[in-house]
Amino acid sequence: MHELSVCQALIDEVTKIATSREARAVGRITLEVGPLSGVEPELLARAFEVARAGTCAARAELSIAVPAIMVHCSDCGADSRAQPNRLLCASCGGFRTCVIEGDELRLRAVELDVPEEHAVAVH
Amino acid sequence: MCQTCGCTITAGNAHLPEAETSVAVLKDLLAANDQAAMHNRAHFDEHGVLAINLMSSPGAGKTTLLEATIRALRERYRIAVIEGDLETVNDAARIRAQGVPAVQITTGTACHLDAHLVHRALHDLPLAGLDLLFIENVGNLVCPASFDLGQHLNVVLLCATEGDDKPAKYPVMFRAADLVVLSKADLLPVLEDFDPQRAAAALRALGRDTPIIRTAARRATSLDAWLAWLEEQLSAPRVIAPLRPLQAGLTAGV
Repeated sequence: MHELSVCQALIDEVTKIATSREARAVGRITLEVGPLSGVEPELLARAFEVARAGTCAARAELSIAVPAIMVHCSDCGADSRAQPNRLLCASCGGFRTCVIEGDELRLRAVELDVPEEHAVAVH
Repeated sequence: MCQTCGCTITAGNAHLPEAETSVAVLKDLLAANDQAAMHNRAHFDEHGVLAINLMSSPGAGKTTLLEATIRALRERYRIAVIEGDLETVNDAARIRAQGVPAVQITTGTACHLDAHLVHRALHDLPLAGLDLLFIENVGNLVCPASFDLGQHLNVVLLCATEGDDKPAKYPVMFRAADLVVLSKADLLPVLEDFDPQRAAAALRALGRDTPIIRTAARRATSLDAWLAWLEEQLSAPRVIAPLRPLQAGLTAGV
C-alpha cells in the first residue's frame, strides 16, 4: 500500500513526541499493524529504513506487532478469531460480526533516551 | 534543537547520564487523513449533501454507471461528481456532458484519492446547491479502501467479467462496501464461470450483510434496483459511517 507515506506520518509523530520530552534519540518504536489494515509489515519495515534517515529516529529499531483478527458476533455475543476473508463467528458461524482487533494501524509506544532529570515513567 | 535530526543533545547537556523512557502513544497513523475526512464530512452535512465514494478496479464501469444514473436522476436531484484518475480529464468531461458539474483530480502517480485532495476539489463545487455528490475514486481494488474521504457511503463495483472470487481476494476493499454493484450483469449469460451465489457467499464471509445489486448501465431498464437504493439513501436520515471506525479510546488527530 503506502508504506512510505505511513512511515512519514510515523516519523512526524515520533519527532513530535521526542521533541516534547527533550529526548536525545529514539530507541525502539512499537507499532500495531493488523492484517486488515491494508499495510504490509515487511514493506513497512523496509520503507522505515529509508524514511528514518536524517531524523531523530535514525537509529531507532522498529518493532511491529501483528494482532490476530478478532470478531465480535452480534448474533451469539461470542468473540472469536477469524481470517482476513473469513470474518464469520467461530462459535455459531454467523456473519453479523464486527472486527474488534486486526484492522489497526497504530503507533503503540516509543522508547526515548532522555537526560535523566527529564525521565518520567509513563505507561 | 538540532536542525538536522531534531535531537536535543547540546554542549550543555551532553555530559548528563541517559535514561530510557517508554512513552505509551496509541496514535493512529492515518490520523491526519482521518481528520481531513471528518472535516469534509462536516462540510457535506452542513449542506445536506449525500456523498458516495465509488470504487472498483479499472474498467468495471464506474463512469458509465454514473452517466446513466445522472440521466435518470438529474431532473429530481442536484448532482455533482468528483473524478479521480492518474491522468486525463476524460471522465470529468463525460460527466459534464450529462449536464452536471464535475471536478477532475489528476493524481499523477497516486493510486488513490485522499481526504486532502477531495477537500481541495470541494472548493470548486457549489455544495450549497447539491443533493448528491459522487466521488469516483481511482480504479484500484487495493489502496482506496484505506483512505476515508469524508463520504457517507461506499459503493464497490464488482464487474461480471472479473470473476466471482474478488471479494475473497480483496477483503479490505469489499469489507468497506455498504453496497456491491454487480456491473455489466447483461454479460452473465455468456460468462459461465461467474457464479453469483459464490460471489454472494464470499461477500457474506466478510462479516457484513452487504447487499448486491445488479446493473447493466447500457440498458436503462436494468438500473431500477440501483436507483431505488440511491433514492432510499437520499431520503434516509444520514448515518455517518467512517471508512475506518475510530477504535475505542482513540480520537483522530489528537
